[in-house]
Amino acid sequence: MIFAKYLGPRVWFLVLLLVAAAILVPMASLWLPRSHPLHVPSYAVPLIGKYICYALLALSLDLVWGYLGILSLGHGAFFALGGYAMGMYLMRQIGSRGVYGDPVLPDFMVFLNWQELPWYWSGFDQFWFAALMVMVAPGLLAFVFGFFAFRSRVTGVYLSIITQAMTYALLLAFFRNDMGFGGNNGLTDFKDILGFSIQAPETRASLFAASCIALAIGVLIVGAITRSKLGNLMIAVRDAESRTRFIGWRPEYVKLFAFTVSAVMAGIAGALYVPQVGIINPGEFDPVNSIEVVVWAAVGGRGTLIGPVLGALLVNYGKTVFTSIAPQYWLFVLGGLFVFVTIFLPRGIVGTFDHGWDAWKARRASKEREMGEGAAEPAPGPAE
Amino acid sequence: MTVSLAACSFASFLRTFATFFTLLILSFTTLPATAQDAAAPADASAVESAEAATQDPAAIVQSFGGKQSYDDTEEVISRLAATGDPAVARALRALREGDLYWRESDEAVFIAARDGDNYALTDPYTGEEAGTAPRGDMSKVRVKNSIRNAVTGALGSLTLRSDNPGQRMRAANTLFDEANPDMIEPLEAAIEAEEDASIRTAMEQARAAAILQSDRPEEEKAEVTSVLAQRGDRQAQTYLNAFAASTEDDAARVAATSAVAQIQSNINFWNQAQNVWYGLSLGSVLLLAAIGLAITFGVMGVINMAHGEMVMLGAYTTFVVQELIRNHAPELFAWSLAIALPLAFLVSGLVGLGMERGLIRFLYGRPLETLLATFGVSLILQQAVRTIFGPTNREVGNPDWMSGAFEVGLMSVTWNRLWIIVFALVVFAGLLLVLNKTVLGLQMRAVTQNRQMASAMGIRTPWVDAMTFALGSGIAGIAGVALSQIDNVSPNLGQGYIIDSFMVVVFGGVGNLWGTLVGAMSLGVINKFLEPYAGAVLGKIVVLVIIILFIQKRPRGLFAQKGRFVDA
Repeated sequence: MIFAKYLGPRVWFLVLLLVAAAILVPMASLWLPRSHPLHVPSYAVPLIGKYICYALLALSLDLVWGYLGILSLGHGAFFALGGYAMGMYLMRQIGSRGVYGDPVLPDFMVFLNWQELPWYWSGFDQFWFAALMVMVAPGLLAFVFGFFAFRSRVTGVYLSIITQAMTYALLLAFFRNDMGFGGNNGLTDFKDILGFSIQAPETRASLFAASCIALAIGVLIVGAITRSKLGNLMIAVRDAESRTRFIGWRPEYVKLFAFTVSAVMAGIAGALYVPQVGIINPGEFDPVNSIEVVVWAAVGGRGTLIGPVLGALLVNYGKTVFTSIAPQYWLFVLGGLFVFVTIFLPRGIVGTFDHGWDAWKARRASKEREMGEGAAEPAPGPAE
Repeated sequence: MTVSLAACSFASFLRTFATFFTLLILSFTTLPATAQDAAAPADASAVESAEAATQDPAAIVQSFGGKQSYDDTEEVISRLAATGDPAVARALRALREGDLYWRESDEAVFIAARDGDNYALTDPYTGEEAGTAPRGDMSKVRVKNSIRNAVTGALGSLTLRSDNPGQRMRAANTLFDEANPDMIEPLEAAIEAEEDASIRTAMEQARAAAILQSDRPEEEKAEVTSVLAQRGDRQAQTYLNAFAASTEDDAARVAATSAVAQIQSNINFWNQAQNVWYGLSLGSVLLLAAIGLAITFGVMGVINMAHGEMVMLGAYTTFVVQELIRNHAPELFAWSLAIALPLAFLVSGLVGLGMERGLIRFLYGRPLETLLATFGVSLILQQAVRTIFGPTNREVGNPDWMSGAFEVGLMSVTWNRLWIIVFALVVFAGLLLVLNKTVLGLQMRAVTQNRQMASAMGIRTPWVDAMTFALGSGIAGIAGVALSQIDNVSPNLGQGYIIDSFMVVVFGGVGNLWGTLVGAMSLGVINKFLEPYAGAVLGKIVVLVIIILFIQKRPRGLFAQKGRFVDA
């Protein structure tokens, strides 16, 4: 509880809210009678669970974009890699219940006439191994990618573009049937997870709770990192990279650390996402998805802890509502949101609120300067 | 880009490079022309044939008359073929089409065509009109497939003597494909009489192919392998392979195998040439897609994620222009692309101008925000086009001069690819001229190099920004006109190019048009050379990985800018 004073009440409120949701929503869904006004319908649980996973993804992007100024257009790739690792575990759990009834091989491999499991599928029948891979696969990719990119000082838009190229290359790769990841169709038809049926309301409720807890932990971790000395260094790198280097720090290591942590978080988000939606396919690698994540963080307010969470929930809720009313116009709204946020709301909702709040307080106290005592969030400056 | 253009020794190297490309293109365009020239001059020589006079061909034609067995008919055909008289071709063609009849009263043979209740008759040899006859009086000369084949063979040997060199060439090529041992003698006769060198070569190759299929002695077959080796295509290789497998004579087998190897190296050469050609073609497409980006991103430093949509707008402009032409002035169709070009430039340019004035100018100095905002615009444009034109592919036609293909050696060159390469280079050259020789270009370079100084010199920098962005967008629109000819025109057209375009610009070096040219062409060629080994998708992935690694090594691209404004 050492961060209590650093994180500020708002963040703790968010964490408590998430923990409460993790307990109360499953209860309200499972045990309250249908007629009860607080009953949560069973379709809503995985839907909100999905939003929570997106929120974790947006938070992971915020760690590198909001606090470090690295606009990654490839975070969807880490998310999808985590999802694929989980999907591979779920595929192995199907066992002989597949259409072709092969005890070891997933259906699509039987269909492609493969005789034995490729080496990279071995171990995925164990949950602990899959859970490890959920973190190792995206983390390793981010580490290797970041190692080369940051060492050679690829920054700004160049980095954005090559992260986009990275997810695009993975998109193409995962579309191939001979990659052994189900090609175009991806992995689906999951039966159970850890022995529980994946369709059962209880399993869904547990997955929802797990997602909420994961997000709460994610908020705490990002909070801990950004409020530490390392966090100060990250902000220094964001605002004046050359100057930080000249003082004697190594910005590339700071970046590499944050980028890898962020990728691992994105991978966990993907792993929680897959069992709740029941499918993972190469479409998750689509560069457009990664850019959508950016807009969630931008809407909520980057460089804040609750901003990306709020943004992801709002935008995705809006997307669900809007696509059910007028699906063909959703892209207009999304596109408009990009334009609107960058021009009129560059700090995002939370950032704008904080800014206004600070200004108001400063005026009221009619002191020359009063920053950051009540609102612990540092006012986010421009990322570049 | 001026810094590198003016000071860098790369520039002269690159100009040489571009000249090389142009020469390459020219050589491709002129090659087929020279081939035709070579074929043209030898139509003067009507072939005087020695054995033609042995029997009157007209009389032989008459022997189709009367009731006959199929064997009899076939024999008459071979006798006609032996005359070598091109005039009998008329009767043979009529026989093949089932238009050859004989009169029951006197067994005279005619070509008959229905004319009301009667037949209109023509003399089968001279082609003169020969009155009419009631339909009941005429009987058809019966044909079946083997007869038709015999006629085709006979016509092949007859057309070897045609006055028309093109027809002789075709006959020689047909006979090469058929490789019929019966045709050896007519071919030999024709070779002796032939005066055109290229046709004679083709005939000799046909004779060689026929000899390999015949029961001639092995030595003779071994001799002709070199003739086939010279031809050097896959068909010749097939003949030689079959011969090498079946012959028992060692010397002949050695000759055949060495000829096969020779052909193989020829085929390999042309395969490489074809790969280079495909690569240049892909490179020109990349160049077209990226060249506008080289202005907006490279010169201005604005990340325009809606660049692909500018290309798409150009393609849809072409579609609209073609629709209007189809409905109102179909005779203008051949000009549709020429009409669409300026319109596409205007449409995309105006949209670009609107974007710059309404959006991007508020975001200068904030590249990441620019990226997001322009991405939003790209979503809106895509959806707008989808709403107006529907989500499916729209049909954009190729004018005549864009369709078809011709052969260069063993390589097939399609006209639309060729024109797109030429077009890409023309656009590139035009853009270079605009940047280096016009007032706007001068102001553009001034503003991008030192905004404050330019402003102090009286240049209206906001106006120059807007014009530069409009120029880059307009060029994307022009690219869309060209890409509509080879790609599906759908709302997603632009998305397919945006990442590739950025790769080209980043690879080539930001702010350097020559870098964009070299980057596009080398990426195109690398891609096509990887494809046979890795497959199309994997090849593309490998290229992306190569670029990602390359950027690590040279973060500023192949032709990096030098000077104080490099690191902002």
